[in-house]
Amino acid sequence: MYHKEKSIQIKNSASALYNNLSVLRIAPRRLTYFTVVHANVVNMVSASWDGLNYSHRQLQSKEPNVATSTSLIMQAAFCVLPSRELLVITSQKGIQMYESDGSIMVYWHALDTPETPSEVNYVPAQAVFARGISAVWENYICVGVSSGSILVFDVPSKGSNITLSEVLEEHKESITDIASECSGSQQCIADLVSADDGGNLCVWKSGEEFQLLNKIPGFDMSCSSVKLWKGTVVAGYGTGQIRLYEAVTGILHAEVNAHARWIYSLDIAPFSGLLLSAAEDSLVRVWHLTVSQETNSVEVAHLHNECVTDTQICGARFCDGDGYAFAVTGYDLSEIIRYTQT
Amino acid sequence: MSSRTLPLLFINLGGEMLYILDQRLRAQNIPADKAKKVMNDIITTMFNKKFLEELFKPQELYSKKALRTVFDRLAHASIMRLNQASMDKLYDLMTMAFKYQVLLCLRPKDILLVSFNHMDAIKDFVKDTPSILSLVDETYRQLIEMYTSLSHGEFQLIRQTLLIFFQDMHIRVSIFLKDKVQNSNGRFVLPTSGPVPHGTQVPGLIRMFSCTGEEVTRLQFNNGGNYTAGLREGSFEMFGDRVTKLGTNMYSVSRPVETHMSGTSKSSAQHTKQVNTAPNPLAKEELNLLAKLMGGLEVQKTGNADSGFRVNLFATDEEEEEALITRPDELSYGVINIQATKDHQANAELAKIMGEFTESGHQSPSASSKGDDLLAMMDGL
Repeated sequence: MYHKEKSIQIKNSASALYNNLSVLRIAPRRLTYFTVVHANVVNMVSASWDGLNYSHRQLQSKEPNVATSTSLIMQAAFCVLPSRELLVITSQKGIQMYESDGSIMVYWHALDTPETPSEVNYVPAQAVFARGISAVWENYICVGVSSGSILVFDVPSKGSNITLSEVLEEHKESITDIASECSGSQQCIADLVSADDGGNLCVWKSGEEFQLLNKIPGFDMSCSSVKLWKGTVVAGYGTGQIRLYEAVTGILHAEVNAHARWIYSLDIAPFSGLLLSAAEDSLVRVWHLTVSQETNSVEVAHLHNECVTDTQICGARFCDGDGYAFAVTGYDLSEIIRYTQT
Repeated sequence: MSSRTLPLLFINLGGEMLYILDQRLRAQNIPADKAKKVMNDIITTMFNKKFLEELFKPQELYSKKALRTVFDRLAHASIMRLNQASMDKLYDLMTMAFKYQVLLCLRPKDILLVSFNHMDAIKDFVKDTPSILSLVDETYRQLIEMYTSLSHGEFQLIRQTLLIFFQDMHIRVSIFLKDKVQNSNGRFVLPTSGPVPHGTQVPGLIRMFSCTGEEVTRLQFNNGGNYTAGLREGSFEMFGDRVTKLGTNMYSVSRPVETHMSGTSKSSAQHTKQVNTAPNPLAKEELNLLAKLMGGLEVQKTGNADSGFRVNLFATDEEEEEALITRPDELSYGVINIQATKDHQANAELAKIMGEFTESGHQSPSASSKGDDLLAMMDGL
C-alpha cells in the first residue's frame, strides 16, 4: 500500500520525545517543512516537492534576554490558524513562538518555576517543562505544562501582541499532548482534547472562555499522543493500546492492542480518515477510521504495517490531508523517512 | 528533564564498571587479597554516605565530561591504577552497556529492575564484609524510597533523559557484536519478537463496543512480529527475582572484555557530532556542583606505594599504547586528569582541582536557574 521514498537527512539525530516530528505543507510554494527536536536544538528542513531542494535551519531554545541560558526542548509543532501559521517550541524554560519558517521569534513565555530556596543550584524534585501544543478555533494556541495546567494564548492575526488569555486547571498530572478537531466539521461541539501522564483526557469547547465538556478517566498509564476527529477522541497509551472514545459522552467505541511497546505518536489524515500510529517497537501502522451510519459510532480497521528496523520511533506524521504520504523518524536517527501510497 | 536521573545513571554505570574490573582482575591473575581490596575500596567509595546524599538530591544530569571525571576518580579509589587508554576503554564499555540496557528494557519502569540487578551483583561482591554490606543495603533503601512510587510517565521521562545523555554514542563492543545484539554500524538490534512488557497485550486484536459497552466486533490483524505474552513483573523489593536479565553480569572468563573502537569508521564519525561547540559559560557552575559531589568521594590512602598495581583493559601493553595513539579525537572525553603515580601526589592534585572548582564557582553568576547545566550535558562526547 505504501512504499519507501528517498529519506531526508537532518543535521542532528532525533531525541526520544513524544510526537517528535512536525510537518507543514506550504502549497503555494510547493514546499513542506519538517521539524525534529535534538536535545536543545530544533532541526528544521524545508523540502521542495520535486525532491531537488532541501534547506536546513537550526533553532536553539534560548531565552531572549539571557544569552547563556539554554535548556532541553520537549516538543516543536506547527500551529495553523486561519490567519497565520506559527512554529511553537516548548522547553524546560518556556514557550517560544516563531514565524512558521523559523526566521523570527514573535513571542516568548517563561514558565513559572516553583519557589526557589536560597540555594543557588536548587532543582525542584518535580521536573518543569511545557509539552503538548495545539492551535484551536480562530485565534488560540494551547500549550500544556508539567504541572497539569494548560496555557491558552490569544494570537492576533498578525504582529507579536500575543497574550496569555486563560489557564485551564483540570489535569493533575503532566500534560503529554493536546489536539484540536481536525475534520474541519462545524457540527462537533467539542473542539479540543488534552491528555496527561495518568492517561486522563479532558474534552473542551474553545471560546473566549474555554468550557470543560467531559473528563475521561485514565488507568494510571500515560496517554502519550491524542487526536480528535469527527467528535471521536483517538488516544495512544504506554501499554501500546489505542482507544477510541466519543468525545462528549466518553463512551468507549473501540480498543486496539496496537503495539508491543510504548506508543509515541498518532496522526490522522482528516479527509480520508486514515490513522497513523508509531511506537518504540519500531513499527508504524496505518488504520482506517469510518463513521458507521447505523450506530453513529467510529469503526477501525487495520490497513498496513511498516517496520523501521532497529529504530524506536518517536515521530510519525501524514504529509497531506488525504494520507497519501507519511514521514517517520526515530531515536538516534539523523533522517526523516518518507512513505508514499502506491 | 527528570531531576531524578543521576542516581540511576551513577549506580548502573558503577555496576558495569565493577563487572569489568572484576573480570580484568581475574584475567590478569592479580592476587586474591589485592583484587578483593580493590573491589571493596571502590564499592565503599561508591556508596559513601555523604556522596550518596549529594547524589540523591534532585538535580540535572552532569555533562559527559563531568561524569567521566567522577568515574575516573572512582576507578582510582584503591591501589589499582589504569592508564588513560584503559580508562577510556573501561568508560566506553560501561556507557555502551548501560545504553543497551536503557534502550532494550521492555518498559521504562524496568530501568529500576536493571538497577536492582546491578545492586544485587554488588551486594554479592561484598557479601563477606558486613560493614560494606550495610552501605549497600542503605542504598537499596534509598532507591526503593525514591523510585518505587513513581508513575510510569515519570519513569518514561527518566528514560528519555538517559537516552538524550547517550544519544549519538555508537561505539562497537565485541561482546555485543558476537551476541548479534549490535550491528556493525554501532546501532543496537531491536527485536520484533519475544515477550511484550508486563501490562501490555500482544498486538493483533481490535475490539469494538456498542453504546452500552457490549463487545460487538472482534477483529484480528497481522502484527508484523512474533510476540509472546508478557512475563510476570519483577521484584521491586530488596530481594527477589528481577525477571529481566538486563543489568546482570555478562562477562566471564570465557567471555572476556573487549572493544572495537569504531571512531575510525566513517559511519560512526558521522554519528558522533558535537551538539554545541561554543564554550559553555555555565560549565564553571557545573564544576562547582561536581566538586561538591566529589567532596563526598573519599579516597583511601594506601599507605604503602609498593602494594599498588596497574590493570590493563587490553590484551597487551602494546595494544594499550596503540589504542591511546589511534583513539579518534571525537571520542576523546577531555577528562580532567586526576591520575598520578603516588597517592599523596594524587591527593595534592585533587586538592588543587577542588580549589579551582571552588574558585571558579565563586566567579559564576549566582542568578542561575535550574536546568542550566543541561547545556553542558550536550558537551562533547
